[in-house]
Amino acid sequence: MSDAAVTKRAKQAALGPYGKVGHVLNELDDRLGVAKGGRSFLDKIFPDHWSFMLGEIALYSFVVLLVTGVFLSLYFIPSQAMVTYHGNYLPLDGQLVTQAFSSTVNMSFAVRGGLLMRQMHHWSCDIFIGAMVVHMARVFFTGAFRKPREINWSIGATLLTLAIVNGFLGYSLPDDLVSGTGIRIAYSILLSVPLVGTYLAFLVFGGNFPGTAVIPRFFILHVLIVPGIIIALVTAHMVLLVRQKHTQFPGEGRTEDNVVGSPMFPIFMAKTTGFMFVVGGVTALLGAFAQINPIWQFGPYDASRISYAVQPDWYMGFLDGALRIFPAWSFHSFGYTIPLEVTIPAVIFPGLVFGLAYVWPTLERLVTKDSAMHNLLDRPSNRPKRTAAGSAVLAALFMLFVASSTDVIANFFHLPLNEVLWGMRILVLISPFVAYPLTYKICKELQGVEGGGKRKTTNVVTRTAEGEYVATAAPTYVDDRHHELEPTEVPQFIVTDEVEEGESGVRTVER
Amino acid sequence: MSEMQEHRTPVSLKGLPADDPHLAPAARNPQLVERVIAVMFVLGTALMVGFGWAYWINAQPWKLGATMGGGLLFYGIGLVAWGKYLMPKGPFVEERHTLANTTEQRDAMAAAIVERGGGVIKRRKMLGGLLGGGLGIFGVVAMFPLLRSLGPLPKDTLFHTDWRRGTFAVDQSGRRVQVGDLAIGSIVTVFPEGTQDTERGQAVDQTVLIRLSNQDFTTQKGRETWGPMGYVAYSKLCTHLGCPVGLYEQQLQLLVCPCHQSMFNVNNGAIPNFGPAPRPLPQLPLYIDAQGFIRSQSDYHVPVGPGFWERS
Repeated sequence: MSDAAVTKRAKQAALGPYGKVGHVLNELDDRLGVAKGGRSFLDKIFPDHWSFMLGEIALYSFVVLLVTGVFLSLYFIPSQAMVTYHGNYLPLDGQLVTQAFSSTVNMSFAVRGGLLMRQMHHWSCDIFIGAMVVHMARVFFTGAFRKPREINWSIGATLLTLAIVNGFLGYSLPDDLVSGTGIRIAYSILLSVPLVGTYLAFLVFGGNFPGTAVIPRFFILHVLIVPGIIIALVTAHMVLLVRQKHTQFPGEGRTEDNVVGSPMFPIFMAKTTGFMFVVGGVTALLGAFAQINPIWQFGPYDASRISYAVQPDWYMGFLDGALRIFPAWSFHSFGYTIPLEVTIPAVIFPGLVFGLAYVWPTLERLVTKDSAMHNLLDRPSNRPKRTAAGSAVLAALFMLFVASSTDVIANFFHLPLNEVLWGMRILVLISPFVAYPLTYKICKELQGVEGGGKRKTTNVVTRTAEGEYVATAAPTYVDDRHHELEPTEVPQFIVTDEVEEGESGVRTVER
Repeated sequence: MSEMQEHRTPVSLKGLPADDPHLAPAARNPQLVERVIAVMFVLGTALMVGFGWAYWINAQPWKLGATMGGGLLFYGIGLVAWGKYLMPKGPFVEERHTLANTTEQRDAMAAAIVERGGGVIKRRKMLGGLLGGGLGIFGVVAMFPLLRSLGPLPKDTLFHTDWRRGTFAVDQSGRRVQVGDLAIGSIVTVFPEGTQDTERGQAVDQTVLIRLSNQDFTTQKGRETWGPMGYVAYSKLCTHLGCPVGLYEQQLQLLVCPCHQSMFNVNNGAIPNFGPAPRPLPQLPLYIDAQGFIRSQSDYHVPVGPGFWERS
């Protein structure tokens, strides 16, 4: 044996049986004690159901938001100081605009990849909030918010609120004609708060609208303060998820006391990392091919100008719809005014919707008197009242979202605006009362269906020589057999403190 | 190396038999799947190289997005497929241990808080009270600089605009509007002279000037002198949420707010006849001076724009 080979061997022996990985782990474990917890983290089981992916979409679009947002922050100038635009976009050349607007146009046309990053940032925000809403609906309809997960439900509701607020703040930053109108509306909503509204509006805007402070303030809120809170809460959301372990649907071998699925390493890690790439890829393709928020077409903000058919991002739609269809009920008394036509739809109503989300777990526990631990999920049809209540709220919110387009609907269908407005008022009011009984009835029907929710076996219909048709069940799908496997306590993925001597392939660890 | 480490042998995990169905991949034809995934990774890498090239030559944005997005999609789908079809399909299970501690452990913690607190802090009631009260006051006082620095107090700024007696009405370019400028049925946005380029002028003082006829026009009782030679002026701020009332329906003689479709009838004092706006647009009293310039008689008589608490 050559000297080199001997040295190599000696080195390997010195490193121990797991080579460099083992060596690094030893060093780390000496200092931080990571081995035991790390091993059980690698073993953490993730249920395989597709609906658990919705939260992942939210998480990964947030990653896209952070990455693209850092890029944008390098080129955006959060200032309302007026400059004369001289840049690549010739139609605006020579116009007096704010630095915020000018730098946003510049990053779109003069910075390499800037337009793509801007569009990806905007798209991933719309996807982020959409995924959060669908994820929240999944958690609601399957009862995943029940004890012991009420705290995580509240964190989730807070995250949704913060994401909507931050989306609005970011949408406002370019200081274009459309977003400026949005800021004006936000100012007027603050102004409408009884008693303290004028003070509130003046403190947020640094004076009467528009002031000179709003873009710099919105900027620091948008890029530091709100995202900081979001990152902290997302971390808490994940830590609680690991600590409390996942919920799961009832099924073969699944109980309240176990979790069935794929382990973190390497199976779930491969799937979820791949999925992160998929989310990033879809966002990049949207950014490449679907134009979003072309502010150079809207032009810079001028408080005395306005564009037609102005609509906010989709997640603000329900608020805009509520503001459109609410009647003009201003309240005057004792020399004071409560602008109910703004306060009710834009302050009290969203407060009630989100408030309901926060208190729902408590409310349901009080009504059902069920304070047991729940790790197995409900099939929505088995909880017809909860499912119907959720549908009722979503139906009303959806109708409000539609109501944010009354003018576009009237234009498109050549209807009088008056009829569209009254139509939407009626639809918003009756939709929950239609959705509730309808959902309830559908749930009850589904409960009666034999084997509901399971994949049916195919029937093979054959015709006999006499012309008679006979239906027989086809053999089970291969894919279905996979699900019928009894989940096994695979020792590869279980931490055992004691390992018995003498079993096949098992040896004790001596230290 | 120490003697102890020389004894160490690899921990061979308690294994399932190699033919156990839990360890089998989900794919029926793993070789084929492996080849497909390999092709995806190659395509993904090719697109990523293309992305780098496109970035280097400063290609159009869609080319950057298409190459990067396509590359990420191929990597992503390939990796998901690897995890889903080629790795052990399971299902695997882990036990869920209760997070709750025993009653004794809970009591031990509660005791630490209650008994130590009671024994150590409550015994010094005066100190605790002084410190608690002081910190409470500090908490309130600490809000002052924060809040008071953020902005000026509203005072009566929401009640006034820059229109005064004798202010010239100018258009966006600063040109004074004269009596012969507008044909009947036409409209122009005007500002108090000198404010047309300021943010306050645009945000607060903006006013629509409409010519409704060629004789003095009275929109409401008591406003007989406000519309000389058919010129009437209304605040351009919608009384709903402050959007500019930028659409003028000439035939219906309605000012329309594009934000939430409030409509105001310019003939009768801009009383809203549709939509969520609760109040008429305030009317600005006008007069025409000897040289034929349109000027304001005074400020608006009521606050312009959306409602707020102090507004009577």
